[in-house]
Amino acid sequence: MSEEKKDDGLISVFIDGQEVRTKPGTNIIEVAASVGKEIPHYCYHPKLSVSGNCRMCLIELGMPGRDRATGEPILNEDGSPKIMFFPGPAIGCGTNAAPNMHVKTDSDMVKECREGVTEFLLANHPLDCPICDQAGECRLQEFSTSHGAGYSRFVEQKNVKPKRTRLGPRVMLDDERCILCSRCIRFCQEVADDDVLGFTDRGSYSTLTCFPGKQLENNYSLNTVDICPVGALTSTDFRFKMRVWFLKHVKSIDFETSVGCNTDVWAREGKIYRITPRRNDEVNDTWMPDSGRELYKLVDGENRLPHCKAGEANVSASDALAKAVELLKGEGVAIVGSGRCSVEEQYALKAIAETTKAVGVYLVGRYGDDDGILVSRDRNANVRGALMTGLINSLPEESLSDLGAKIDSGEVKVVLSVKEDLVAAGLSKDQIAKVKLVSFDTQRYASTDLAGVVIAGLTPFERSGTVINQQFRIQKFHKAVPGPAGAVDDLVALATVQANLSEESFPSTVASVWKQLGESGPFEGLSFKSIPDEGVLLDGSAFGALPFAEGKSLHFEPKQEAVAAE
Amino acid sequence: MAIVLKRKPLNFLEKLYLPQIVAGLSTTFKRMLAPKETMEYPEERPPIPKGYRGVPTLVKDPEGREKCVSCQLCEFVCPPKAIRIIPGEIQDEEHANVEKAPKEFDIDMLRCIYCGMCEEVCPEEAIWLQNQYSMSGYSREEMVNNKEKLYELGGTLPDQHFKWKKKKEAEEAGNAH
Ligand code: SF4
Ligand code: SF4
Ligand code: SF4
Ligand code: SF4
Ligand code: FES
Repeated sequence: MSEEKKDDGLISVFIDGQEVRTKPGTNIIEVAASVGKEIPHYCYHPKLSVSGNCRMCLIELGMPGRDRATGEPILNEDGSPKIMFFPGPAIGCGTNAAPNMHVKTDSDMVKECREGVTEFLLANHPLDCPICDQAGECRLQEFSTSHGAGYSRFVEQKNVKPKRTRLGPRVMLDDERCILCSRCIRFCQEVADDDVLGFTDRGSYSTLTCFPGKQLENNYSLNTVDICPVGALTSTDFRFKMRVWFLKHVKSIDFETSVGCNTDVWAREGKIYRITPRRNDEVNDTWMPDSGRELYKLVDGENRLPHCKAGEANVSASDALAKAVELLKGEGVAIVGSGRCSVEEQYALKAIAETTKAVGVYLVGRYGDDDGILVSRDRNANVRGALMTGLINSLPEESLSDLGAKIDSGEVKVVLSVKEDLVAAGLSKDQIAKVKLVSFDTQRYASTDLAGVVIAGLTPFERSGTVINQQFRIQKFHKAVPGPAGAVDDLVALATVQANLSEESFPSTVASVWKQLGESGPFEGLSFKSIPDEGVLLDGSAFGALPFAEGKSLHFEPKQEAVAAE
Repeated sequence: MAIVLKRKPLNFLEKLYLPQIVAGLSTTFKRMLAPKETMEYPEERPPIPKGYRGVPTLVKDPEGREKCVSCQLCEFVCPPKAIRIIPGEIQDEEHANVEKAPKEFDIDMLRCIYCGMCEEVCPEEAIWLQNQYSMSGYSREEMVNNKEKLYELGGTLPDQHFKWKKKKEAEEAGNAH
């Protein structure tokens, strides 16, 4: 048994007697989790350093015994190696897998340890669950149910600590609920690189605070709310809005930048309440920027377009589409696509560009500063999708001056714009007035008012599809809430336009578009269903020469040539 | 095939009908003299036994503080989904330490099945099924009790927990060093 069976670099660890093959050095909490044994823990976080301060993860640890004098293995009577368990418990999170290590995760001693730790944690804990936003997803609540006594022996007065403290613009702190796990502190030091939190005082007086004169205001501050195992840190935006047990979460992608953070969108009855990061070890680990969490406000935003328009009049989607087709049948069509469209929509746009023999196809570039973590310079989520579907073949520029020139020269007479504000992209109102504009929008932009036909579309939270991030990883996002009654799904609208223009059928659902996409070309063999939640890395080498804007970020290194070209 | 049951022919006394009439009238006269069992509803109302489950209501504590903190557990547990709550934050200084209170609280009495689960689940003892048992209205909207109506129906309960008041006092005394 002690012999290594295979030479695959794995070692054997025994969790409650069950053999597990794992990489040497794997954290014991993870090893146990891989065979479905939960070692309860608060301070351990897979993406942070180990601090070992909550003591909830205590386990019994043993190794096969060896005779001290001879070094021979000590055997049981039946010849199996005798496992010598340490007399005291050890913390699971501070233990790394070593060959033939034995771990007990539910012995009497371990259970007693957990009960003791739980009782101590609850001694001073306030009875706040009814007003605590964490209730329903609180580790302390969960472990108090499984390891708590159900009553309190603590008759003394509980500690009083600061409550309702504003730590920063987006985070509230309740110190009485804090169990001093230091996850938030380690996050700020290790991931956000903005060391502003720390403990003051000692013992049961220990209090989490911000350093004097500082605030927790970095663009990653809300991740501390996610990782806080209790309700000590809560989000100002989500505060008291809805109980978590009413919310259903749908897998989505952060459309803010080309990083493509994986997210969960939490909604109840068609209303989105919050966005949280979803773990993807290849993209965003378990983090996301605060700015991306606000995007759901688009859905009910002030300027949301509730229905389609032809000129000034509100019209039904089918009338608006018929009008759009009529306009696009004319000469001199130019197309302004968006790096925020899904791959499927860009594919449909590409087909429209071919059918209308478009005199120009543009994307509006958006560039900003990166932070080296999860915000990249390219603020379009899906420029690479436009490249891979062949909609464009060079990187988009921020200004549509080329289109402006073509409008001025009279070459362009009709513009189809998808999800872009042409005024913001550098066209003057006079230039727009010279052409017939078909505009697919979700919000009312300056150029929306100038359009001949406006097709009210859906936000990323209301449709499904795929986007390709900076690593050329194609990732799926799903519909979380239904759109407004007067709006039409962008892919359906584009497919209808294309079908009417070409007089051939065109797929109008994500799955059916993928039937075509998967047949050949860069997406060969893929289907919407077969793309896993963590995405698929595509071969982007064909675009290696393009000077992509992105710099280094978490799990992403720009290609050398691209960096040199900067 | 039809089954024919032969009826026993009536005997002489039965044919007379008189014994039956006498028996019937004797019951009538007995009841006339016996104590009354019915009640002049709605002028008279029956006594409500303890533990009766009438219309769910919201209550205040003896100091007039609304007890509900909009934890939404009753909304969650209510089998026919009769309860709708929009939680809110408490603004007034005096009860700031309670932090939460319902902004809106509706119970649809066309849905409520008087099961009492809401009362049972409430961690703040804020919702009680009390003695009110007759609800009527001319429209569906009228049958939805809003927050105001619920407090009007509920009134004040004389419990002496004062959980939040005690917390506030502890906070003011302050045992942090
Ligand atoms: S942190 Fe958890 S246990 Fe503490 S009050 Fe909040 S929900 Fe309850
Ligand atoms: S605030 Fe939360 S994450 Fe930070 S130390 Fe306290 S319990 Fe841990
Ligand atoms: S009594 Fe039952 S049905 Fe009526 S509101 Fe309460 S939980 Fe819902
Ligand atoms: S369970 Fe009680 S405290 Fe919670 S919302 Fe209902 S009435 Fe209010
Ligand atoms: S999880 Fe191991 S000590 Fe906290």
